[in-house]
Amino acid sequence: MSDTSTTTLGRAEGRVAGHAAAEQAPARSKGYWSGVGSRLLRDPVAMLCAALLGLLLLAVIFAPYLPLADPFTGSMISRLKPLGTPGHLLGTDELGRDMLARLIYGGRLTLMLGLLPVIFAFVIGTGLGVVAGYVGGWLNTAIMRTVDVFFAFPSILLAIAISGALGAGIVNSLVSLTIVFVPPITRVAESVTASVRSLEYVDAARISGAHPLTVVRVHVLGNVMSPIFVYATSLTSVSMILAAGLSFLGLGVKPPEPEWGLMLNTLRTAIYINPVLAALPGAMIFLTSLCLNLLSDGLRSAMNIKD
Amino acid sequence: MTTSENSVARAAPGNVQAADRGGPAQPLVIARDLKRHFPVRKGIFNRKASAVRAVDGISFTVRKSETLGIVGESGCGKSTTARLLVGLIGLDEGDLIFDGEKLGEELSLNDLWSGVQMVFQDSYASLNPRLTIEETIAFGPKMRGVAAPEARRLAHELLERVGLAPARFAGRYPHELSGGQRQRVNIARSLAMKPRLIILDEAVSALDKSVEAQVLNLLRELKAEFDLTFVFISHDLNVVRYVSDRIMVMYLGEVVEIGPVDAIWNHRAHPYTQALFAAMPSMDPDNRTQVPPLAGDPPNPIDPPSGCRFHTRCGFAEPVCGTRKPRVVAVRGDAGHEAACHMLDGQSGHSKAGETGEVRKELGEV
Repeated sequence: MSDTSTTTLGRAEGRVAGHAAAEQAPARSKGYWSGVGSRLLRDPVAMLCAALLGLLLLAVIFAPYLPLADPFTGSMISRLKPLGTPGHLLGTDELGRDMLARLIYGGRLTLMLGLLPVIFAFVIGTGLGVVAGYVGGWLNTAIMRTVDVFFAFPSILLAIAISGALGAGIVNSLVSLTIVFVPPITRVAESVTASVRSLEYVDAARISGAHPLTVVRVHVLGNVMSPIFVYATSLTSVSMILAAGLSFLGLGVKPPEPEWGLMLNTLRTAIYINPVLAALPGAMIFLTSLCLNLLSDGLRSAMNIKD
Repeated sequence: MTTSENSVARAAPGNVQAADRGGPAQPLVIARDLKRHFPVRKGIFNRKASAVRAVDGISFTVRKSETLGIVGESGCGKSTTARLLVGLIGLDEGDLIFDGEKLGEELSLNDLWSGVQMVFQDSYASLNPRLTIEETIAFGPKMRGVAAPEARRLAHELLERVGLAPARFAGRYPHELSGGQRQRVNIARSLAMKPRLIILDEAVSALDKSVEAQVLNLLRELKAEFDLTFVFISHDLNVVRYVSDRIMVMYLGEVVEIGPVDAIWNHRAHPYTQALFAAMPSMDPDNRTQVPPLAGDPPNPIDPPSGCRFHTRCGFAEPVCGTRKPRVVAVRGDAGHEAACHMLDGQSGHSKAGETGEVRKELGEV
């Protein structure tokens, strides 16, 4: 009986067309993204990782305003100082430059080379994969067989080959890394799209006469985004490591520019003298990629609406 | 309640059903020799090696305001038939005529979809997990140009009509609902498109018995209220009997028998229908099934048996059954009851053949 009265009320409100949404707001569940946000807030691991990454990002962005030593000025008399040396909290590298400053400045390039290719590849790969998975047929064959060609090469080799062909430089390593990450993301996108496409709610949307693009936008994209997104997040650590490899070969970042992978490579000679120091850039790469992976895990469970 | 029903009927613009072009005598659907074969591909060049003959030349009619029940074993082509009727998959051959208009000629797929909707078996897979109930129901009308607030209002009214209080359910996600509630939402979604024909593909099969009964009663009410026509697909003969006016029995992509529900219930003309009904458990504990009515699985639809497709499992099979395809004959004594069996055809050469009923060119020519 109470139901009947509320619905009668609801209908009366509905007649005041413009205000209907506001007045019936209590009947709605929260929006999808606010639900994801609140679930993520309740995940301590994910929040810790987010905090660490946030801190790193802030440090990296506002590096010039921090009280840091100049990352390029070395001192031949104070090389490879251990951690805790006065004036050099994290010691100095093989040319006597302040490690803390170099790690923070190095984070700028490393994070950029880790994130940007994955973001570009996420956009391109999702587009290709969703089209291939939804349309199917010969278009699927054309896209997926082309993508398969790239799987013939190990990703590091592919990155080196493309970088080598394009020439050294940060922009070229961005391009080559993007090309490396498009195929795996396309493949994941295609497989989740193909499985969603066979679900009956897509059929139901099709028989409503909606334009295929609307069906994809409303009914497919929302349901394939989260697995692709989680997979892409896991690629950022790979991207950082590949970028480091390219720098080592002289195809990416060049010395004396600070970059974690490059620092790891130049410090490897010091591994017997001061192993802790030599491990610092590696520790940063490890910590950052761990945080990214754990955050993406947390995000995946938060995006899973069935929880 | 009456007022709310009326308001549903008057609610949205475009609620008036498309004009009943053919008049009451014109069947709503004429399916003529529908064929759909699914290719089985082999090798690196995707060569078409063979084909699964899912639906292999079936003809029938669906009359206005009736419920046609389709029964048969798993894999006999029931669901493919449903998808053909609603245009989700294309026809290889045959004509689909919806209220006098042929699909592909006068009638586009888009036109067909404004008259035919479908309720799927899997109530969970048929609802987008990322949309609220209200958004799911309102999606279709919005795609048909109904303004968003109007579509919302329609969604709320339909929710109420299918027995879900809009205030409580409109904003929920599918996973927050039970199976029966989700199937009500699916029904509301199909109603939102103002269809004349709703295909119910095993729509109540996954529900538990008490909920199933409630949903069946709801369907009956809605049918009368919105002047709907149903094609009701189920493997549950009791349910089919409860809702259907006529029954169509399918076997291996073909129609073996079609007729009014009471006629088939009283006189099962085709041996396959007899076997199918014999497999139905009896309510009487003394009347136990001692002999398995049908052994084994149906033959492979890639390479169906010659002649009568049922002859490999039929207790009355004779040489003629393996060589010649049975003609479709009217079953004597029952109006509109037809079957495809040599035993009903006096000229077939089958030893048990009785007097010939009227020979039909194809099933469904009533």
